[in-house]
Amino acid sequence: MSDIIRRDPRAEWIARNRLHPLHAAMTSAAAGGETSWVGPNGILRKNPHAVGFMGPNGIKRIDRSGAQQGGSAKRSAASTVVQLPLHVVEQPAFHIAVVPDMVGGRLTSHDKDLLGLANKLAGATGAVVAVVFGDYKETAFDTAGVDRLVHIEGEAFDGYAPEARVLALSAVESQLAPRHWLLPDSRTGGGELGRRLGAKLGERAATRVWQVADGQCIGRAGAGQQDLVRQAPRLILAAVECADPVSDTRHEARALPLEHPITRCLPRIEDLGAVAVDPALIPMAEAEFILSGGNGVKDWDQFHHAAEALGATEGASRVAVDDGFMPRDRQVGATGTWVTARVYLAIGISGAIQHLQGISACDKVVAVNMDPGCDMIKRADLAVIGDSREILAALVELVTEYRQGGARDAA
Amino acid sequence: MSDIKVITLVSVGSHPTSGRPRRAEQDARAVELGMRLVGDRLQLLHAGNPQEEALRAYLGMGLSEMTVLEQPSHCDALPLLNNYLMDAGAHLVLTGSQAETGEGSGALPYLLAERLGWPLVVGLAEVEKVDNGVAQVLQALPRGQRRRLKVRLPFVASVDNAAPAARQNAFGPARRGELHAEDVAVIEDSLLDEAQLQPARPRPKRLKVIKAKTGAERMKAATAKTSGGTGQVLKDVPPQVGAEAIFKLLREEGVLR
Repeated sequence: MSDIIRRDPRAEWIARNRLHPLHAAMTSAAAGGETSWVGPNGILRKNPHAVGFMGPNGIKRIDRSGAQQGGSAKRSAASTVVQLPLHVVEQPAFHIAVVPDMVGGRLTSHDKDLLGLANKLAGATGAVVAVVFGDYKETAFDTAGVDRLVHIEGEAFDGYAPEARVLALSAVESQLAPRHWLLPDSRTGGGELGRRLGAKLGERAATRVWQVADGQCIGRAGAGQQDLVRQAPRLILAAVECADPVSDTRHEARALPLEHPITRCLPRIEDLGAVAVDPALIPMAEAEFILSGGNGVKDWDQFHHAAEALGATEGASRVAVDDGFMPRDRQVGATGTWVTARVYLAIGISGAIQHLQGISACDKVVAVNMDPGCDMIKRADLAVIGDSREILAALVELVTEYRQGGARDAA
Repeated sequence: MSDIKVITLVSVGSHPTSGRPRRAEQDARAVELGMRLVGDRLQLLHAGNPQEEALRAYLGMGLSEMTVLEQPSHCDALPLLNNYLMDAGAHLVLTGSQAETGEGSGALPYLLAERLGWPLVVGLAEVEKVDNGVAQVLQALPRGQRRRLKVRLPFVASVDNAAPAARQNAFGPARRGELHAEDVAVIEDSLLDEAQLQPARPRPKRLKVIKAKTGAERMKAATAKTSGGTGQVLKDVPPQVGAEAIFKLLREEGVLR
């Protein structure tokens, strides 16, 4: 619901013109009834709330001169919540299977582009099937363009299990025989899974595809100096921005169960888990988790200690760099590094527009600041107002406890 | 670790600016990784033209010989390599992850592993140790992360730009090194019958489509400063509560390792 206050020039004109046939009705109705009347005992009663009219800025005005302007009711624009039209495919003529990357359990922009491409290929009669492994946090499968959702869960698919996942995709293949398989050609899993699937199914994949039109697909070849134009094969590994994401329809995202059990295999590659990497050595532009400090940080020793305890890469705002607390190569923002972190923890940064530009690609922004009105708080997904020193100390304590607890469990 | 047999598959690259043939960047990294494992006992294997001068750059890294399965360009290298590796008795086959010329789909290591029936490690960064026929390796992940894997020998591994940078190549050893050409039956690649290579077109820029129907919406879209207002704001809470909220978010996002 929009809160724009609108003037009604006609009502104002009628209110000014006492000879207008609608004058009496309009003024009394708009004021919510009479403003004064004679009570049962002959006393003149007045309703002070009905006096006056709403000005153009939404403030009530009382005109004592007797030449009251306009009706007193506030006119607002009509409700603007638009429900996108629902695209239903009851009996799909064919399926287009998409295996999104789901980094952090959510659809990435690459995944959304891919779903847009899948919808383009599916047209009105085909159904877009998304195959999702493990837990997810995504809630917007419907607006991203997923008609059917195959959710494959199980311990075998957790962590790094490309072989088990390929077997699961083979089960989807034997059930649905999709017309096309679409995977993101990304380093976060899609490129690998797609090529493994191609080897398994014996399909020659088109890779780094950036355009699919009229049954032809164009993909980059070699080191990117050439394009390969060919008939669109069944398996397409698409590059980023291969198509526009779905924006004007809503889809069902109906759950589709697998009919046949997935073949189990003994994993030949055993995942021993992530290795601790020194976060200071990760280039800031591609760090996953950044702890960034600004003017509000007073205790820099504590800040460095916190970064170490959290396992975060350090960043800084321009003020902190100019004041000499952090090296220049740690500056985040338009003149420094444009970061792509999944979680950006900003301590004492008020959020200059140049800084906000630099973090525009970050997924989750957490802000700790004293000033509740600053721009960083408006950008942040979670903001804590308070003294950064105390909050950091409490956070470090929690994380240290969590780490030690984890170590005890593992032992 | 030094008693294993490692074969690195190499290809001819092309310089990104001049387009001249050179050693391929990722293949050179694969050679470097192999040389760190077994020194100069590393074997090099190439399918293509043995007269190609760019191949000598790999020998210039300190190796004395290379096997070349002779075939004209635009032929399918996969069956040749498969046949050779079947009998070669290698424990580890290293490749780059993508060729710099030709199709460059990066599918070769996958198809090779599938046909040989060996496991495949993608993005190998380091081999930590090998004992009892089991290798413990580090896999490179995006964003500079590493993952430790355990895999049984023999296996195929592809390396990408996270592997150690290749050493320089020296002119003398490159001249002295020997290229052994082997005659094999060539198999035509069917892809180029139906597909054609053309110079890369610049990709169309994505246009910013304005979907606003009314003037007010357009004005709002043009002047909107921050999209926010949706985030959770914790005000007047003790620091412990604030820290707990942050901690919860960090755990949900899985950035605390």
